[in-house]
Amino acid sequence: MISVDIMAERGDFSIAAHFEAPSNGVTALFGRSGSGKTTLVNAIAGLIRPDRGRITVAEQVLFDSAAGIDLPVAARQLGYVFQEGRLFPHMSVRQNLLYGRRGDKDAHPTLAETVDLLGLEAFLERRPGSLSGGERQRVAIGRALLANPRILLMDEPLASLDGPRRAEILPYLADLRDALEIPVIYVSHQMDEVIRLADTMVLLSEGRVAATGAVEEITSRLDLAPLTGRYEAGAVLPCRVAEQDVAFGLTRLEFSGGTLWVGAVDLPKGTPVRVRIRARDVALALSPPRDVSMLNIIDARITEIGQTQGAQVDVRLSAGADSLWARLTRRSVSELGLKPGMQVQAMIKSASIDGASLGQIGRMRRSEIDTV
Amino acid sequence: MISLTPLEIDALMLSLRVGVWSLVICLPTGLLIALILARRQFPGKWLLDGIVHLPLVLPPVVIGYALLILLGRRGIIGGWLYENFDITLAFTWKGAAVASAVMALPLMVRAIRLSLESMDRGLEAAARTLGASDLRVFATITVPLCLPGILTGSILAFARSLGEFGATITFVSNIPGETQTLPLALFAETQVPGDATPAIRLAVIAVVVALSALLASAYLARRVARRVGIDKELRR
Repeated sequence: MISVDIMAERGDFSIAAHFEAPSNGVTALFGRSGSGKTTLVNAIAGLIRPDRGRITVAEQVLFDSAAGIDLPVAARQLGYVFQEGRLFPHMSVRQNLLYGRRGDKDAHPTLAETVDLLGLEAFLERRPGSLSGGERQRVAIGRALLANPRILLMDEPLASLDGPRRAEILPYLADLRDALEIPVIYVSHQMDEVIRLADTMVLLSEGRVAATGAVEEITSRLDLAPLTGRYEAGAVLPCRVAEQDVAFGLTRLEFSGGTLWVGAVDLPKGTPVRVRIRARDVALALSPPRDVSMLNIIDARITEIGQTQGAQVDVRLSAGADSLWARLTRRSVSELGLKPGMQVQAMIKSASIDGASLGQIGRMRRSEIDTV
Repeated sequence: MISLTPLEIDALMLSLRVGVWSLVICLPTGLLIALILARRQFPGKWLLDGIVHLPLVLPPVVIGYALLILLGRRGIIGGWLYENFDITLAFTWKGAAVASAVMALPLMVRAIRLSLESMDRGLEAAARTLGASDLRVFATITVPLCLPGILTGSILAFARSLGEFGATITFVSNIPGETQTLPLALFAETQVPGDATPAIRLAVIAVVVALSALLASAYLARRVARRVGIDKELRR
């Protein structure tokens, strides 16, 4: 268990944040730039000192202003992956990797395991200056892991990379998440990264914690939409891979409210995955539609009609135990006479669910596959 | 092969010895002061900054005279050094090294401070998150990354001490074999009427020494830049 409860003031920016994160899996600190994400991570790392508060990681107190405890950075046993990598330019990749090596030579992960996991073999003897941005970030991750940390902090490790480089490194991060047995704090302002990698989410806004909870829960809350991002607003459904349709290149997923056909997902049957359905990709019908192209038609009930935003309204639906959102025009809501409690058919285009909307759920939960 | 006279050999060897010892004094002092000026905030910082830079703006004779007052046998510090450690600085080659070091200090401090201020402090923070102690961060990150600045400072300081004249002649006088470095020997020769050859020979020796020092420093600077990986970092 990681527990953070701190206050700090720097000029006109103040942060007063309190959250707890589980000791396994990935916790995302999500928020716009300036919301205090990096300040929080730096406080955990000890790079900045909060004015008051308390920070503990797995029973160990890192900072406690009341008790006068402020563990030096070097004694906190961290792994910190910075946004810009911060590799040492005067050392080879190998020297960088081994700089923070703690414990004995055979402690896991070993250099060989790390090099293997992150694909670093080809440039071990090179200097960081000659590496691409993606390669540098991989080295930075390896260096943090080899320090044998008790907690891994990642501050927007993909932010400095362009689209293709991000796509190159995301799978490494997903593998890493599954291989790690320590908590990870992952700072991001990209919802697709959070969905792919995180289990728990701490939503930050102007130095305050707006909400903490499971990624599925936070992203399906209507009231938090302005913070989670309106354009990308949507719900995240926990699903399982149910069937592969090789001929048409589709995969059937099951969730508590029905089934979803999505573009082929190369995962074994029973694998838990997380699917993000954007509100703008959901349409509603009052009776089961005929002769439509949409493969996904789900029985749902309207639970809430949200605030009007110009011509649009967000409508919350419940399907089985899960929630969905539909973004409709005010006119449609009025013409169909939509009210909370009504039964409707939610229609979702399979083509709107792409790779960025899909994330595999961490190993902790994947162990359940065998029992399916 | 042109052979050097004993006086010329004395002056040359003394110049080199004074230069090396001046560097030995100046480098750690300069590094420390540069670190304080670049990294610390404290009241009276402007005063330290000003005092360090005085040798750059004052006539060297004033510095030499100040050293004589402070470090002479009857001076505040000089008297204490003589009584407790039997060290005499005034009118000895050690004093010449000290005078050179003081004159070179501002150059050393400026060069190192510049590279300290331009270095990415995030790298030091990264090293600390990896468990490195302050001393290890300093030795493995700060110093190597500031090496170009340290090297530039050292070259400037060494060159300054080879050419140092005013403070030296005021503080330690012009004693052949003890404090008579190349510039002082040349000065002495120019005061003697008649044959100009000895003065010209000394001038040529000074030119050769200075050129060799320049070439060696250019070579070193290139090697250091490559080792530190700065050249690649700058290009990216």
